[in-house]
Amino acid sequence: MNLEPVAIVGAGTIGGLTAGHLARVVDVTVLVRRAEHAEALNSRGLRISGKSDFTAEVRATTDPADVSKCGLVILTPKATQLDAAVAPLSDVPQNTVFMTMQNGLGAEEVVLRHGAWPIVSAVTFMSGTRHSDEHVEYELDTATWMGPFHGTDTDLATVETIGDMFRRAGLKAEVLPDLRPAQWSKLIFNSAVNGVAAITDLGHTPLYARRERNSDLGYLVADLMNEGKAVAKAAGVDLFEDPWEMNTEAVSHGQTDSEEYAHVPSMLADIRADRRTEVDFIIGSLVREGDRTGVDVPLSRALYRLVKARDRSYDDRIGTS
Amino acid sequence: MKIGVIGSGAVGSLFAAHLATLEDIDVWVYDVSEAHVAAINKKGLRLTGVGEVHSHPTATTSGRDLPALDFGIVATKGMHTRAAIEATSHAFTDGAVCSVQNGVGNEEVIAEFVPRVIRGTTFPAGRVMSPGVVQWDTAGSTWIGPFEPKPATGDEVEQLAETLTRSGMETSALEDARGAQWTKLIFNAASNALCSLTGLPHGRAALNSDVRWVMDRVIEEGKAVAAAMGIEMEKDPAILLEESIEVALDHKPSMLQDVLARRPTEIDQLNGGVCRFGDEVGVATPFNRSAWSLVRGLEASWNLKEE
Repeated sequence: MNLEPVAIVGAGTIGGLTAGHLARVVDVTVLVRRAEHAEALNSRGLRISGKSDFTAEVRATTDPADVSKCGLVILTPKATQLDAAVAPLSDVPQNTVFMTMQNGLGAEEVVLRHGAWPIVSAVTFMSGTRHSDEHVEYELDTATWMGPFHGTDTDLATVETIGDMFRRAGLKAEVLPDLRPAQWSKLIFNSAVNGVAAITDLGHTPLYARRERNSDLGYLVADLMNEGKAVAKAAGVDLFEDPWEMNTEAVSHGQTDSEEYAHVPSMLADIRADRRTEVDFIIGSLVREGDRTGVDVPLSRALYRLVKARDRSYDDRIGTS
Repeated sequence: MKIGVIGSGAVGSLFAAHLATLEDIDVWVYDVSEAHVAAINKKGLRLTGVGEVHSHPTATTSGRDLPALDFGIVATKGMHTRAAIEATSHAFTDGAVCSVQNGVGNEEVIAEFVPRVIRGTTFPAGRVMSPGVVQWDTAGSTWIGPFEPKPATGDEVEQLAETLTRSGMETSALEDARGAQWTKLIFNAASNALCSLTGLPHGRAALNSDVRWVMDRVIEEGKAVAAAMGIEMEKDPAILLEESIEVALDHKPSMLQDVLARRPTEIDQLNGGVCRFGDEVGVATPFNRSAWSLVRGLEASWNLKEE
């Protein structure tokens, strides 16, 4: 099947890394909101530094109609901005494949509100820093997991093609027949780590895995993850990776092997920058799944509520209880 | 009668300044701040705000300077209790020492060093404005009673309460002061910890339905621990919290002030104390432990360089 040209919607960190790499092997169109952003990309290209080092030629546009010519649409905005990003795409032909890369659960349902496209679900562990409109640094070159979204007309062969495309472009990709186990592993990991980080202002350090004294954060992180695992079990999901092992692994290598340096999880970065966090899609979806399956998640619920209190975009609710 | 105030921050200074107005009481102040001690010895100790008090206790930074004392009043932050009583205990070989500190666990430390201990809980509050000068923000009562494992006599408790009340610090002597202590402990565990974690002042935090949900869980756990210990509450902490909306809407509790100034907090004595006593009586305290470790994480964030 012909997936080209490939549209990348959004050019933040993940959008930029994806667009830059894929542009080396396929025809890429980048849809952005601001005209000056499109102009910068069209005139100067997209520079990727860090784990990769090159400048890619991309075609950037602010016109959603340009996406209609594409065979594959990769959606990279934050979960909080996804609905607004997909709304102008409702005229895109129904056989175009859409791929979601958002954190948490529920992105696919948001997309399906605007069209009955075949959907590929993805979760990505890549990370980096966006330095400017046309420069993104590639920091963690970890894999993107992808698989067909159940209930839509997506076959595994299409996902294999996309996985090959990622690998040829120099990205790491893993294709799975059912993405939910991977999605849930990341959901449970992110709920605990992003939630604790957003409250404590503490980057992801070995303290998140320490369990020596009663007040050590590792106990809280493990308790939160155990709540998540109980919900996954009740929802019938066999986890792809154990979230606690993902936690100990993440703080035991690379840039985070010292207590003096730490990766700043995205929800903490959002709190610091006064941006709306993805709390409703990450911890919020875990709490909602807990309610749906009848599993008690008291500590996740507490963390969810505290992040909402820290997220100043919810400030209008103060005093209205 | 000779009384020593150990630790002369805001609360210690309120006690010392009032007591030193009494002609029949010889008041000593022990504090580690050279500037504060020098100012007290030169110009006296001055309170402004709720009331104006100016008196002249004798201050020192050296525990060795203290004579034998009849009573001690410990008012340091919880993390300094051990060092402070270690440095001054020789003055209390035949005295009774009363804690007026936040949280729980301080009396246990004091009892390691002196023969007779009084459990105390105090509500007055203030701020040190400059050496020798303290802003007195809130008036309020103090409750004291014998610390059972190593109790002071009933007469001593009565005598200290009478002296404090006569000096202008209204104090009640109780047979069991645990109810007052746990009322304030649980109220503080909910308000101080959650204000610190959200950055919201007292009443604003209690008005936020999300924060309030967590505060209510912290209070429920604390009450369950107190009930298992056989403690009868002086007042329901949940009612104190409700009242704080009106009286402390924009007040920043002391722990939030500590967090904003990046000073170590008293979380070990507050939510940590609820957890320790909960373990002893077999009552689970997951919300208090979460708040405890989150505030510990917050403290750790101050020492972290990030990339």
